[in-house]
Amino acid sequence: MNATADSYVTEDGRTIGGVLMDMRNITLRFGGVEAIKNISFDIREGEIRAIIGPNGAGKSSMLNVISGFYNPQEGEVFFRGERRPQMKPYQVARMGIARTFQNIALFEGMTVLDNIMTGRLNHMKAGLFRQAIWKGAAEREEIENRAHVERVIDFLEIQAIRKTPVGRLPYGLKKRVELARALAADPKLLLLDEPMAGMNVEEKEDMSRFILDVNDQFGTTIALIEHDMGVVMDLSDRVVVMDYGRKIGDGSPDEVRTNQEVIDAYLGVAHD
Amino acid sequence: MLYREAGDFKTSYAEDNQTFPIKFDRWRYWFVLAVAYLVIPFMINDYWANAIFVPFLIYAIAAIGLNILTGYCGQVSLGTGGFMAVGAYACYKLMTAFPEVNIIVHVILSGGITAAVGAAFGLPSLRIKGFYLAVATLAAQFFLVWLFNKVAWFYNYSASGQISAPERFVGGVAVTGPNTEAWAKYMICLVFVTICAIIARNLTRGTIGRTWMAIRDMDIAAEIIGVNPLKAKLLAFAVSSFFIGIAGALFFAVYLGAVEVGEAFGIQKSFLVLFMVIIGGLGSVFGSFAGAAFLVVLPVALKLIGVDLLGWPTDLVSHFQLVIIGALIMFFLIKEPHGLAQLWRLAKEKLRLWPFPY
Repeated sequence: MNATADSYVTEDGRTIGGVLMDMRNITLRFGGVEAIKNISFDIREGEIRAIIGPNGAGKSSMLNVISGFYNPQEGEVFFRGERRPQMKPYQVARMGIARTFQNIALFEGMTVLDNIMTGRLNHMKAGLFRQAIWKGAAEREEIENRAHVERVIDFLEIQAIRKTPVGRLPYGLKKRVELARALAADPKLLLLDEPMAGMNVEEKEDMSRFILDVNDQFGTTIALIEHDMGVVMDLSDRVVVMDYGRKIGDGSPDEVRTNQEVIDAYLGVAHD
Repeated sequence: MLYREAGDFKTSYAEDNQTFPIKFDRWRYWFVLAVAYLVIPFMINDYWANAIFVPFLIYAIAAIGLNILTGYCGQVSLGTGGFMAVGAYACYKLMTAFPEVNIIVHVILSGGITAAVGAAFGLPSLRIKGFYLAVATLAAQFFLVWLFNKVAWFYNYSASGQISAPERFVGGVAVTGPNTEAWAKYMICLVFVTICAIIARNLTRGTIGRTWMAIRDMDIAAEIIGVNPLKAKLLAFAVSSFFIGIAGALFFAVYLGAVEVGEAFGIQKSFLVLFMVIIGGLGSVFGSFAGAAFLVVLPVALKLIGVDLLGWPTDLVSHFQLVIIGALIMFFLIKEPHGLAQLWRLAKEKLRLWPFPY
């Protein structure tokens, strides 16, 4: 597929490029349970792609397949046009895929700054001996990456808590720090697992703004799972709808909203 | 007030990253170094060297090593005594096999050999965690002690089964053997401690340290940001064992001079160093020093107070010592898992606002 040929410009002026990640016929089983049944969809460069569905639909499993936690029994994952072999999560991270978790996975014992600095791991190359000496290469590298991290900190407006241990922060801020850690890695693809779960309306608005800004300013491709329909419809360019491990809808928010199968899945349907 | 962060502004990331961000702390660091290098060597005598300073410095190296593994990387180890034994026997074999090579080279090589052994015994850490890993390292402890007792090659087939350090010189001054002067013992340990502490600090404040702490705090999240858990854990075992090996080599060659493995490097040693790390503070280089100082000075101080001052029988005092250490361990584990170092940090935080906390 030619990446540039089918790129287009959205109403608000962002350029959506070619296919960044292509999931083809993914099937994932846990014993006898089929969590994901033969699903295919793609994520285009620069877009915000949402995965929605009722509880237990297999959304998080899908995200875990993308980030390498689960290896699907069937199907192929293409990233930047190349077939991705089975990988460990840390290898996936090195390809430029960063993620956040539904129930925050920060390093509680470390400060906010250190947490975000861990996001730069794959950009820091100084080896054991250079770090032991510190002066010179290791220090220079640390300072360069610190400058990058500070830009992310400014962007997400968490300057004031830089040196606070993460364990002491309230929930909403922890979510933001986790986003910062993922962003610090300069990901090609950012996966957000329910970035707004458990937040109040104001926090949701803040988070939505950050997600849009990330996409707009850094051009980061984002795939997110979210329950709040209003948020999903406003944020995303295209939506995948899942139910019981099957894909029941795929398209723009408006297309999905009017899809009869999607309405059935969400509102229930009479069995007769 | 001298001890204040207020008004001490940083204008570059390098300044913000320094080990002692507070000016007063920096001055104190240089002051302690100056006293350690320029004053103590001229005043030290055999009693002070053997009772306090040399064991303190050597245990500080071991505690830094264990702290890297347990405090920073979160892997509990009860094999410290065994790894110190590896350092000691490696040093002995090197000293007797290559007598013309400088002892400092031997000590560093012993650290390297221990690092390799430690990494090998660290392999189970990829599969098992917590208490189960502690038991696996316990196996290392008993296996290594058994090995050094059983295989006569390690102690050069000597009749007693002991190893004893031949006399070796650094710059014409004896640092091992029976004719070593107190200040020479002290100086060689001090140099090693200084370098080890700086290396430990540099490693733990950079990428490698953050990798270790990430593994400690949440290994799944660490993997998702790109940490290879195999590499990170084995590196922690290797670096930790390197320091412990150096401590073992110095303990044998400089401090004791002659060693019987079961006695000097038994399971008690593993626990002693672990206690130092717990009391001093997990995840802190300063804590390693504090813990080592505390547990080295405590028996001496108790003996001074109990036996010499109050006239109690010696066995009573030594039992009392066990009670105190046990109570302290419980206290720190329950109330302050980050140990003396955290108490110190809290005091600093309080001082930042003192005398107007609101």
